[in-house]
Amino acid sequence: MTRSFLARNPSVLIFIACLALFTLAVTLMSEAGGSGAISTSFVKTLGKTLCLCLVALAMDLVWGYTGILSLGHMAFFGLGGYMIGMWLMYARTETIVTASMSNAAIPPTDQEIVDAIGTQIFGVVGGSEFPPVWAFADSLWMQLALVVLVPGLLALVFGWLAFRSRVTGVYLSILTQAMTLALALYLFQNDSGLRGNNGLSGLQNIPGLTGMPQSVLSLWFFWASAFALGAGYLLCAWVVSGKFGSVIRGIRDDEARVRFLGYSVEGYKLFVFTLTAVIAGIAGALYYPQAGIINPAEIAPIASIYLAVWVAIGGRGRLYGAVIGAAFVSLLSTWFTGGQVPSVPLGFYTVDWVDWWQVLLGLSFVLVTLFAPQGIGGLFDLVTGRRPPDRHGADLGPDKGSFREREAEQ
Amino acid sequence: MSQLLEVSGVSVTFDGFKAINNLSFSIGDAELRAIIGPNGAGKTTFMDIVTGKTRPDEGSVLWGEMSQSLLKMNESQIARAGVGRKFQRPTVFEDQTVYANLAMALKKSRSPWSVLASRPSEADRVRIEELAAEIGLADALRRKSGELSHGQKQWLEIGMLLAQEPRLLLVDEPAAGMTLAEREHTTDLLKEAAKTRAVVVVEHDMEFVRRLDCRVTVLHEGSVLAEGSLDHVTKNQDVIDVYLGR
Amino acid sequence: MTKYLLAALAACMLCVGMAAAQDSPIQTLLQENRELIEKSSRRTIGPAIDALRDSGLPAAETVLEKWRDKDLWQRESDGLFFFAEKIDRDTLQLIDIATGDPLGEVPDDDMDQLKPNSGVRGMIAAALVQFQLQSPERRKRIAALNSIQRDPEPEHLDALRAAVEDEPDATIRTREERLLRLLTISYGASEETRIEAIRSFSGDTGVDVRAALNPLLATSRQAAEGDIPEGENVARKLRPGQEDFTKEDAYSLLVSKDLAPARISRADKRAALEANIADGQVGGVPVEHLNTEAARERAYASLAEAGTVPPTATEAEFEAALDAHVFYDRYAELSEAVTDAARGTLTSITTRVGLSQALDLSLDALSLASIYFLAAIGLAITFGVMGVINMAHGEFIMMGAYTGYVVQQLVPDYTISIIIALPLAFAVTFAAGVAMERLVIRWLYSRPLETLLATFGISIALQQLAKNIFGTQARPLTSPDWLDGALVLSDVVSISYIRIAIFVLALVFLAIFLFIMRRTRLGLELRAVTQNPRMAASMGINPDRINMLAFGLGSGIAGIAGVAIGLYAKVTSELGQDYIVQSFMTVVVGGVGNIWGTLLGATMIGFLQKGIEWLNPSNTLAAQTYMIIFIIIFIQFRPRGIIALKGRAAGD
Repeated sequence: MTRSFLARNPSVLIFIACLALFTLAVTLMSEAGGSGAISTSFVKTLGKTLCLCLVALAMDLVWGYTGILSLGHMAFFGLGGYMIGMWLMYARTETIVTASMSNAAIPPTDQEIVDAIGTQIFGVVGGSEFPPVWAFADSLWMQLALVVLVPGLLALVFGWLAFRSRVTGVYLSILTQAMTLALALYLFQNDSGLRGNNGLSGLQNIPGLTGMPQSVLSLWFFWASAFALGAGYLLCAWVVSGKFGSVIRGIRDDEARVRFLGYSVEGYKLFVFTLTAVIAGIAGALYYPQAGIINPAEIAPIASIYLAVWVAIGGRGRLYGAVIGAAFVSLLSTWFTGGQVPSVPLGFYTVDWVDWWQVLLGLSFVLVTLFAPQGIGGLFDLVTGRRPPDRHGADLGPDKGSFREREAEQ
Repeated sequence: MSQLLEVSGVSVTFDGFKAINNLSFSIGDAELRAIIGPNGAGKTTFMDIVTGKTRPDEGSVLWGEMSQSLLKMNESQIARAGVGRKFQRPTVFEDQTVYANLAMALKKSRSPWSVLASRPSEADRVRIEELAAEIGLADALRRKSGELSHGQKQWLEIGMLLAQEPRLLLVDEPAAGMTLAEREHTTDLLKEAAKTRAVVVVEHDMEFVRRLDCRVTVLHEGSVLAEGSLDHVTKNQDVIDVYLGR
Repeated sequence: MTKYLLAALAACMLCVGMAAAQDSPIQTLLQENRELIEKSSRRTIGPAIDALRDSGLPAAETVLEKWRDKDLWQRESDGLFFFAEKIDRDTLQLIDIATGDPLGEVPDDDMDQLKPNSGVRGMIAAALVQFQLQSPERRKRIAALNSIQRDPEPEHLDALRAAVEDEPDATIRTREERLLRLLTISYGASEETRIEAIRSFSGDTGVDVRAALNPLLATSRQAAEGDIPEGENVARKLRPGQEDFTKEDAYSLLVSKDLAPARISRADKRAALEANIADGQVGGVPVEHLNTEAARERAYASLAEAGTVPPTATEAEFEAALDAHVFYDRYAELSEAVTDAARGTLTSITTRVGLSQALDLSLDALSLASIYFLAAIGLAITFGVMGVINMAHGEFIMMGAYTGYVVQQLVPDYTISIIIALPLAFAVTFAAGVAMERLVIRWLYSRPLETLLATFGISIALQQLAKNIFGTQARPLTSPDWLDGALVLSDVVSISYIRIAIFVLALVFLAIFLFIMRRTRLGLELRAVTQNPRMAASMGINPDRINMLAFGLGSGIAGIAGVAIGLYAKVTSELGQDYIVQSFMTVVVGGVGNIWGTLLGATMIGFLQKGIEWLNPSNTLAAQTYMIIFIIIFIQFRPRGIIALKGRAAGD
C-alpha cells in the first residue's frame, strides 16, 4: 500500500519508456538530427499528433474517468492556440515592420510601429486598430500565461454555471456543444478582434529564430510536444491513481452516492473540468505553431466530436487508450484524407478514399460503440487477462436521472 | 434528553399528491429506531428530506446541539454534518475494489485539494481492515465490489456508512434479499452501531424489526400513525386497520 | 452648279412651306412671344411657356419638347420658328412646327438654334409634365407621376395642382393629391401651407413621406466667431470635446472654414523633417533621436524658428481658437416653424414605424419559431418521449431536403413535386429511422451517452455520403409559384407566403402530434412504454415495436421538416448540422417530454434570436452567440426547461 506511485502504476513507466524510444527514433530519422528518413513535414505531423494525444488524455480524464462527455475541449485547445498565435503573429509582424521601417530617413516612433503592425495584421478584416484582447500580445510571458488562464477561466465559469444547476449527462454534452458553437460563431465574425475567419497565420515562423531552418524547429517542437505529453501523462496518472481517482470514478458511476458520502460532486467536477481545459489549452498552444495556421473552423463542434471519437476508439477509462486512439485515428485520418491510399475500383464505381474516409470513420465508430466499448485499449486486457466487471447493462456514465427506472421499481 | 434530529410539521406535495403530511419526528443520540408503514406511506420521501434530496414545502428539520437547519444545506453538506444513508438497492462502486470503496468513505477531509494531496497512510489501512473484518469482507478487500454477492454488497454499504462515522444512520430496507444468516449478521451490525450513534431503520419485514428490538414509528399517508414498542403498536387498532383492514 | 440649283429649288419650296408656317396658330402664338423666347432668360420666359402650355393647341406639347431638346430653330430673315434636324455639318432638314411635314433642306447659315439654358429647360419640362399629367392615356399619366416622384422639382407643384382637378381616375387622383402634399412640404409657397402639409402626414408610415421629411431635418456643422449669427435655424449647439464632437473635429472644422490656420499632421511633419536633414541632424536634434513625438516636436519647432518650415499652431493657440468660436449644427431649412413641424411629424411617424417594425419582427420571429419547432418536433419524440439522443436528426432533415430536390429533378411541375416530395420524404426518413433504431439504437437503450456517440458516427457518415452523392455545392429546392411573393401589409410589414406555409405546416404537425399521442393506440402504447417498459410489456405491448415506430415517426417528421426548410434555404450536406444544436436547445429549453414545452421553447428561441438580431442587425453570427449564452444562463434558472415535470417523477 505504501509502494511508490510508479511501482503501483507500471503502465506509466512503460508508457514513458515507449514515448522516449519513439522520440529518440524520430530524432535519429529526422532531417535535422540524423538520417533524414522522415521528412520535416512528417516530423511536424508526428509532433501535432502528440499534441492531439495530450488533449485526448484530457478528454479521457474528463469523460472516461469523471463521466462528463464534454463536447467543448477542442474549444479550449483552440483557445490555447489563439493565445500563443497572437504573440507569434504580433512579434513576427513587428520584426518585419521594424525591418522595413529602419530604411526610412527618420527612425519610427513606437506608436508608428504599433500602427504599422496593426495595419499589417488587421488589414484583411478592414481594420488597423488593435482590439483590447490584444493588449498583452507584445509580451510572450503574458500570452503564455493566457494560454493557461483563458481556457481555465472559461472552463471555470462555464463549469460552475453548468454543474451548479446539476446539468448532467446528455444535457451537459449538448450544453458544452452549444458553448463551443457560440465561441466558434463569435470568432467567425470579423469584429471579434481575432481576424474573423482568416484566423491567425504564419505561426510556424518563430520570431527571433528566423535563421533557424524549419527542419530544426520542427524537431524542437516535436521534443516539446513529447515532453508535454509525458508530463501530462504523469500528471493524469497521478490524479487518477489515488483516492481522487476513486472519487471521480465514483462520480462517473453513481453521482448521487458520492454526494451522500459527503463529497461535493460539483467541486470535483469543476476541478477536473478546469484542469483538463488547461491541459487542452497547453496542447493547443503546442499544436498550432506546428500547424502554422488557426482559424475558427478548428473550434467548430465537430472537432470536439472527433476528440470523443478518438478517445472512444482508443478505449476510455484508461489513459494509454486515449493516447493510442488519438494517435491511431488522427494518423490514419491524415493518411486517408491525404490521398495516399490507393482507390478501390469496383468496376461500376471507384472508391476514392478522400471522399469515403469519413463514411468509413463514422461507421467504424458506430461499430466500436456497439461491439467494442473498451476500444483498442481493450485488446491489452486480452493480453493481461483483465476483465471488466459485468455491469449487467448499467450505464458507464453518470446517473441517468431518469424517473423511468425508479417508477418501475415500485 | 436533547434530540439529535428534530423534524417538525413537514409537508411535501408531488403534483397534487401529498407524500408527506405534517410529519413530526425526533430521535436522540445512541438510539435505534425502526420505521414501518405500508407502501406509499412516505418512508423513502422522509429519508430524502432529511438527506437533502427533496425540499419540503413547509416545516423544519433541525440538527444537532446547535439546532442547525438541514434545509439550507445540500446533500454533501448534510452528509459531512454527520448524516449517513444506506439506499434500498445496494449502491456501491462496482468498478472499484472493496478497499477503495471503504477508503472513499473514511472520515477525512472531503475537499478536492486535500483528497488530491492525500496519500494512503498506515492508520487508514488498519482502520479499513478493521471495518472489513467487522462486515465480514476481510478476505475480499482486493476484489472488485461488483463481483460480490448481493448480501455482501449490502454489508459493504453498511461498512461504508460506518467508515463515514456518522452521528445519524438512515438505513433503507437493509435486509431485503438476504438469507436468514445474513439477516442475523445485519441485525447485529445495526444494534452494535446504535450503541454509539442514532440509527433509523426503514423496514417492511416485521420479523426483522422484532429482532431489532427497539422503538417503532408507524407511518401512514405521510404522517405518524403510532409510536412505541413493536408490541404496543401492533396492538394499536389504527395500525391493524391500515395493515390488514380497510 | 448642282449645289446652287438645289439651293434655289429648296428656297422655292420654302416659300410654299413658309406660307403654311405663317398660317398655323402655333406659329402665331410663338411669334407673339417672340421677344421673350429670343431672350430666353429664366426670369422672363415664364409667360411664354405659360402661353404655350395654356394654349390648348395640339402642337404645343411637341414644340415644348423640341425646344427643350434644342431642336427648335429660328430663321434669322423672318423670325419664323421651325423644327430642324441636322443632315450634315451645315445643312438642315426643316420641319413644320404645326404639321410635322418636312419642308426641305436648307443651309444653316440663315438659321439660329434656340439654346435654352438649364433653368429654362427645367421650366419647359415642368410645363411638359402638365401635358403628360393631362394626357388622355392612363399609362402616360402614371408614368408622369412616377417620374415626378423619382425626381421632384418645384415646378411640378403647379402642374400637379392643375392636373388634380381634372383627373377622372380615382386611384390616380388619390396619388396625385398625396404627391401634391409631398411636394408642398418641400416647395410650398408659404410657411403655413408647408406646415399644414407636414402635419397632414402625421403617423403616415410611407417611405415617401420620410424621404420628403428627412431632407428638411438635414443639418450641417457650422462654426462662427463669437455668437451664433442671427437668423440661423440651429439644431443643436456643440461643445468641443463632448459627446462625439472631439476637439480635433472642432479644429478641423475651423480650418475648413478658414477660421483658423491649419495644423501640420504627423505625416507632414515627418516629411518636413526628412526634407531638412543636414549632417545627420534636423534642427539641432540628431536623426537617431527622432524616434519619439516629443523629439520631433522639438526639431520642428527649431526649424520653424529658423523659418525653414511654416509654423504650426501650438497647443495654446489651438485651445484659444476653440474658445473663440461657437459650434453648432444648422438646418438647411431656414424656417424654424417648418423644422419643428417636421420633427414633430417625424417623431409620430417613427413611433408608428417602430410599432410596425415590432409587428414585422414578431412575424419574422414567429416564422423562425415555426422552423425550429418543425425541426425539433421529431426530436421531441425521440429525445423527449423516448429519452434517446439522436445526433443524426439533423441529417434526417437534410435527407428530407435532398429527397425534395431529387423529386424536383424528376417531376418538373413544382406544385406536384412538392405534393409528392412531402410523403416521400416522410417515407424515406421513416425507413432510415427504423433501420437505425433496429441496427444501432436498440442495443444502447440504457446507455444515453453511447447512443449520442453512435448517432454522431452515423451523422458523420451520412453527411459525407450526401457530399459524395450530391456534391458540395448548394442544390436549389424551388417553391411553386403560388408560394412566391409576400403578403404585404404596409411599407414596413410584409411576410412571405413561404413562411406562412411553414407556420401552417408547424401547426398541422402540432395537431398531428397531439392526435397521435392522445387519440391513437400508438400514442397510448408509446406513453405506456415510456413510463414503464416492463409493465407495458407484461400487458401485451411489444416495446420493441413501439420504440421502432416512434423512432420512425420522429425521423419521418424530420424529413418533412427538411422539405420545408429546403424551400427557403439552400440544400447542402451541412443543412442538418445548422439546425441540430438549435433543435436540441429548443427541446431542452422547452422541457423534455412535453410537446407544449417544445412549442414554447421554439417560440422563445425564435423571438430571442430575432430580438437580438434587431438590437445588432449587422451581425447575425454574434446574435447566435448571444442567444446560446442566454440559453446557458436560462438553464441556470430553469434547469428542466420552461415546462418541467415536477416532484418525484422528475427524478434527480
